[in-house]
Amino acid sequence: MSQQPMSRESIEKKPRTRDADTVVASVCPYCAVGCSQLVYVKDRRIIDVEGNPESPINEGTLCPKGAATYRYLVNPNRVTSVRYRAPYSDHWEERPLDWAMDRIAQRIKETRDASFVERTPDGKLANQTTAIATLGGATMDIEENYLIKKLFSGGLGVVSIENQARI
Amino acid sequence: MGSNMAENHPVGFRWPMKARERGATIIHVDPRFSRTSAAANLYVPIRSGSDIAFLGGLINYVLSRDLWFHEYVLAYTNASSIINDRYIDAEDNGGVFSGYDPRSGTYDNASWAYAGPPQEAKEDASAHSGHAMEGTSPAKHRPTRDETLQHPRCVFQIVKRHYARYTPEMVEEVCGTPKELFLQVADVLAKNSGRERTSAICYAVGWTQQSYGAQIIRAAGILQLLLGNMGRPGGGIMALRGHASIQGSTDVPTLFDLLPGYLPHPSVIKGDDTLEKYMRESAVRGGYWSNLPKFMVSLLKAWYGDAATKDNEYGYEWIPKLTGDHSHVTTSAAMADGNVKGFIVFGQNPANGSPNAGLQRRALTQLDWLVAVDLYETETAAFWYAAPEGWKPADIKTEVFLLPTAGPAEKDGTFTNTQRLLQFHDKAVDPPGDARSDLWLVYHLGLRLKALYRDSTRPQDQGLRHLTWDYLPERTDPRWRIEDEPSAEAVLKEINGYTVADRKLVADFAALKDDGSTACGVWIYSGVYPEEDKNMARRRVKGDGWVSPEWGFSWPGNRRMLYNRASADPQGNPWSERKKYVWWDAAQRKWTGFDRPDFPETKAPDTAPNSDGAGVDLHSGSDPFTLKADGRGWLFAPSGLKDGPLPTHYEPLESPLRNALYPRQDSPVAKRFPRNDNPISPPGDPQYPYIVTTYRVTEQYTSGVMSRWVGWLSELMPEMFAEISPELAAEKGIANMDWIVVATARSQIECRALVTGRMRPFRHNGGMIHEIGLPYHWGYKGLVTGAMANDLVPLSEEPNVYIQEDKAFTCNIRKGRLR
Repeated sequence: MSQQPMSRESIEKKPRTRDADTVVASVCPYCAVGCSQLVYVKDRRIIDVEGNPESPINEGTLCPKGAATYRYLVNPNRVTSVRYRAPYSDHWEERPLDWAMDRIAQRIKETRDASFVERTPDGKLANQTTAIATLGGATMDIEENYLIKKLFSGGLGVVSIENQARI
Repeated sequence: MGSNMAENHPVGFRWPMKARERGATIIHVDPRFSRTSAAANLYVPIRSGSDIAFLGGLINYVLSRDLWFHEYVLAYTNASSIINDRYIDAEDNGGVFSGYDPRSGTYDNASWAYAGPPQEAKEDASAHSGHAMEGTSPAKHRPTRDETLQHPRCVFQIVKRHYARYTPEMVEEVCGTPKELFLQVADVLAKNSGRERTSAICYAVGWTQQSYGAQIIRAAGILQLLLGNMGRPGGGIMALRGHASIQGSTDVPTLFDLLPGYLPHPSVIKGDDTLEKYMRESAVRGGYWSNLPKFMVSLLKAWYGDAATKDNEYGYEWIPKLTGDHSHVTTSAAMADGNVKGFIVFGQNPANGSPNAGLQRRALTQLDWLVAVDLYETETAAFWYAAPEGWKPADIKTEVFLLPTAGPAEKDGTFTNTQRLLQFHDKAVDPPGDARSDLWLVYHLGLRLKALYRDSTRPQDQGLRHLTWDYLPERTDPRWRIEDEPSAEAVLKEINGYTVADRKLVADFAALKDDGSTACGVWIYSGVYPEEDKNMARRRVKGDGWVSPEWGFSWPGNRRMLYNRASADPQGNPWSERKKYVWWDAAQRKWTGFDRPDFPETKAPDTAPNSDGAGVDLHSGSDPFTLKADGRGWLFAPSGLKDGPLPTHYEPLESPLRNALYPRQDSPVAKRFPRNDNPISPPGDPQYPYIVTTYRVTEQYTSGVMSRWVGWLSELMPEMFAEISPELAAEKGIANMDWIVVATARSQIECRALVTGRMRPFRHNGGMIHEIGLPYHWGYKGLVTGAMANDLVPLSEEPNVYIQEDKAFTCNIRKGRLR
């Protein structure tokens, strides 16, 4: 077949992934099939997310959601600072992360101390609080779920620790 | 069945499509003609809520025509086991089994047990959670058996009688499935069984989100055992789970009734006030679960470190004890009543993602404080100013924190996919601004709380004080801006387990001990990090076979298929050359194959059970189901379930129809929440005559937080709609794209009508039963917004796993708008 006529622009076109300085293996954050992804990074910024051709699960393919992972991560609508709403207030306030962490720890302690039940009315050991509940998360890492269970159950005595798997 | 795989697991669906190219038959049984139906060889309509009648029909077909796989069923199932003489089947008792207490609405399952000598452990269904039912069920390991299957109380005869009325005609009446189509399905499955052939069943929340969801899966289990499809390549029952690590968050449970690795959570109700009592209640002599004490003590050592000693029962008292049902649904009701003060939500969105979402939003107004952790502003975080109720912020007391978090490419960590496969993902970049990984947030919250309680001498605070909490890496990684990020691999090593004396990682859960010398966070994951610098979840070797055992790590012990001993015949040989998977190598005297054998490696097929032994030694060399007390697949479940030993057809809690099979209308033990803000319509309520079901679409994701802020996805699927059949549209004078109002006893919403032949009415007693479909992705935040289907769904609970029924309830519709 003879060479096809092409414009200079067409000849010079190349995939943006070619400019990446690092390629990092990841896993799709959406459904539970577990498609492997490649995250292309340039100058410490993600420039693209594609399917990993090495994966025996997806062999490089992604569905519409998986293919939108780049926009899920690199998105001007993301929340990037702590938003705080005081009781009865009608607006969000931006607050420092450290301040919020301290305040949340304080609120957990207050609620826990005021509600902790060591023994049931008939004297059985309970060591629990039902005044605090956690919910999540099924799109989080197992290491994160492990620490949630360890801290809130084994440390604080919270019993209502739940996640999407129940829903 | 119960899944729209092409739509919701599109990349996974490539593999059934490839199988079809090679001659496999794909059958889709579903109320809607969906993308999966379009790609199937055979589409079979079924009324939502009638799955057990359909599967029971298949079981009856296989049994009554003698099409079951005799050699497999006799050797590998409990078909020959004899049930004790106090058992009364639902067939003989109006749809209710023996042991039912109508006052409490619960079963005592003592009468479902195997016949024989007295029980070794207490048989009490209520003592055991659904997730843990497999292992902790205390059914005896040596039931009396009748290998001829003639005994009237043997499992085989009981199952046969139980399903005798589930005829093709009954299936047509109950399910609305034309008899000829049903018989076609039965014929395909029966012919595809035996030494040479297997069939797989895939399901998703179309099954689990019903008031008898666990029993639907059980019915599939019975069918697959009868056809010889369990533990064999191309067989099995595939749970298509919906979230990247929803399997991981079940295994490492952020679930109230479990401790890591499916250990039952200690409970006041079970009398678990000491470790000794907990062990006695939970451990069983037969089967692999006899090792439970080793896993429990190792967990306590992982959590409480040096403070966990033999003298203080390894800190067991610090684990909170359950005092009832603390599930999400029950907690939501308690929150709405003002009994929950603080709520932390990690990557979830109950304000539009949970049942009776209006009640969920009101519940948030009753909190003192709410912490929402997400990448985007969720409906849950914004309820106080943006909810459709139009509340005045000045009336709402809740203090709200919205903490920005990281996406997977912004942190190290592990997801467990729907096939129990652990895959580690590497950090590529720092998260933006003040966003932090959830690991960072929980770890640093833990540090702050430990500091607040540092000097406490109260007994109730000692668990927290002694909690091992040392996850910062030895040196910071110069690549990253965030310097105090805990190491996910350090957590994964604790999950794997180590010997306490030298902190050396253990190779496998076989190394765990019950004397405090080992620590292990999640026993089923043990082996994921067997040596320093050997993270098995991070392996990415595709290999040239079809099992890919070196890609990631699957629990337990990197076994890709559970119970794979059953892929060989009782003598240990492959059932056939083309279905070869794991087999006995007589020369080397060990099990071998393409996968790691899920069986004691050197236990010969002709090994006799050792009745003086414990654990799997009580099983013979041909008992493949090692987690079961008796080593067999259970056609009949003598314990472990709260709603009956055999799946039985009930109608959904809301249904336009009366139960055609039994006087009992609906599950006698499903939990309703009778409250003013959660009315449930009575059967056949003329106000709400139509069935409604909910679902997802490819281009959106659950409540929309991960998709409705993404422009690409929002453009593809911008607006809420209701799918209705042309017949119903004609009856109601509705045209395609018209606004309609969908109303249930809880609430009403407005959306556009999508009039489509994909929805088909079911014929019933000469009339028509209509069903409508609603996706549930929309809400009041995001780039695209819309009505919330979950506003319409009632709070309810399946009794084993506490999941709400949102796949079948009733509604009415009208043309027009709300206002």
